[in-house]
Amino acid sequence: MLYAILCYNDEDTVWSWTKEEDAAVMGRLAVVRQRLAGKMGPSARLLPTTAATTLRKSPEPIVIDGPFAETKEQLLGFYVIDVENLEEALDVARQLGAANPGGAYEIRPIALYQPDQRAR
Amino acid sequence: MTDFAWIHDAITGARPQAVGALLRYFRDLDRAEEAFQEAALRALKSWPVNGPPRDPAAWLILVGRNAVLDDLRKQAKQTALPPDELISDLDDAEAPLAERLDGSHYRDDVLRLLFICCHPELPATQQIALALRIISGLSVAQIARAFLVGEAAMEQRITRAKARIAKAEVPFEAPGPVERAERLGAVAAMVYLLFNEGYSAGDDAARGPLCDEAIRLARLLLRLFQTEPEIMGLTALMLLQHARLPARFDATGEAILLEDQDRTRWNGKSIVEGLALIDKAIRHNLPGPYQVQAAIAAIHSRATRAEDTDWAGIDTLYAALERLQPSPVVTLNRAVATAKVHGAEAALSMIAPLEERLSGYFHYFGARGAFLAQLGRVGEARTAFDRAIALANSPTEAAHIRRHLDRLIRTS
Repeated sequence: MLYAILCYNDEDTVWSWTKEEDAAVMGRLAVVRQRLAGKMGPSARLLPTTAATTLRKSPEPIVIDGPFAETKEQLLGFYVIDVENLEEALDVARQLGAANPGGAYEIRPIALYQPDQRAR
Repeated sequence: MTDFAWIHDAITGARPQAVGALLRYFRDLDRAEEAFQEAALRALKSWPVNGPPRDPAAWLILVGRNAVLDDLRKQAKQTALPPDELISDLDDAEAPLAERLDGSHYRDDVLRLLFICCHPELPATQQIALALRIISGLSVAQIARAFLVGEAAMEQRITRAKARIAKAEVPFEAPGPVERAERLGAVAAMVYLLFNEGYSAGDDAARGPLCDEAIRLARLLLRLFQTEPEIMGLTALMLLQHARLPARFDATGEAILLEDQDRTRWNGKSIVEGLALIDKAIRHNLPGPYQVQAAIAAIHSRATRAEDTDWAGIDTLYAALERLQPSPVVTLNRAVATAKVHGAEAALSMIAPLEERLSGYFHYFGARGAFLAQLGRVGEARTAFDRAIALANSPTEAAHIRRHLDRLIRTS
């Protein structure tokens, strides 16, 4: 079963980490990713919501500066993982959480997964 | 991260909104700060036990407001009590907070708080010091270190600045669109001043964080005013310039010129964010000085090697900046790009009319010397370089020109 682990945290806090703090978290996460190599799919870290633009779709699409929703904690990134069941997905999330404390992970089963379509 | 780091982060993060709201409420800066201080103290006691409130800013505003009202009530026991509705919610800070506080004031509260630091009578350095104290909540000692003055002197400076503000008329009603735009412009200029204070200090440990603080304030503004292309531009400009910090100085602290920097050391994350913000800003089709300067910085950021720089693009952008914000310094910068595209001769004639106004400006003579040297006019180049050294603002600047002179002597 494929799951998305959606990473929520306060972007002000995360984006004011010093270079050293940031590097330390990334280093710990790299170790976890290595350990979970067989289960880890693609992952992404998102720029702050201030860099976001929203396209409202109906009736006539409108482009709005900013994120879709103003929230206290923002979607800052995501992982795609391939595991047996929710229990295992939660275990992965716990391991990631130990490397990168603060905020919350939303574990969301994936309904349709389309791999990279770009020409290589 | 320690257990209490999140409390510190939450209090710092909520500070601009909370002090801004308390200022609107009390219409007195000292009282607003005092109320916030008291609320922060109570948060340190309450939050570790009760967990974080849903909305830290709202919690701090209500608790701070009530603490001061409580005090006032005690002091005024003999005289009249404040109206009931102001004190009826004393015990119950957690309940329906969000409903009680008018969220729509938030933007204008923060903007007002920033704006009072930009009072035109205050010299630039005092504006910045005040903003760091009031909005960022840095201690007087931290600010004094950043400005290389004693703590007592900084304390006095801030007190004086506050007294000036207290005497000035601070408008408390919600601003109209024109006034809001004017305030935003003044605040953006102050934030960029703050950034430059840190940027010019280079890798100095006490002043470097000023850049981070300026970027934090710009992000705050950007979140409040999401559709302002100039705020996007300002944020992008600072991110792109700050991204070069790891490459701007050598091991001995000597400045390294842009063209000699190891570009692999630039901070890729800041660059990506800056480029994304310019992209957003350009869509609005409302060019302004920050956007144009950010676009210039973006061209440098996109060049993996100095020789790949799109100088023609930079020349065009500086021409646009000259129209938006005419200044001899802008023209001087444009001349550097022009020299790369059209040659040193064209650049020299471009800067010739500036000599009178820039007669005390280090960079003018540095650039003039470099153009003359390229044309092989060694004697004149040497005169210009000598002038530059005499006008240098730092040993680093002087050393840089001396290297030019050495090269000139070697090749002539």
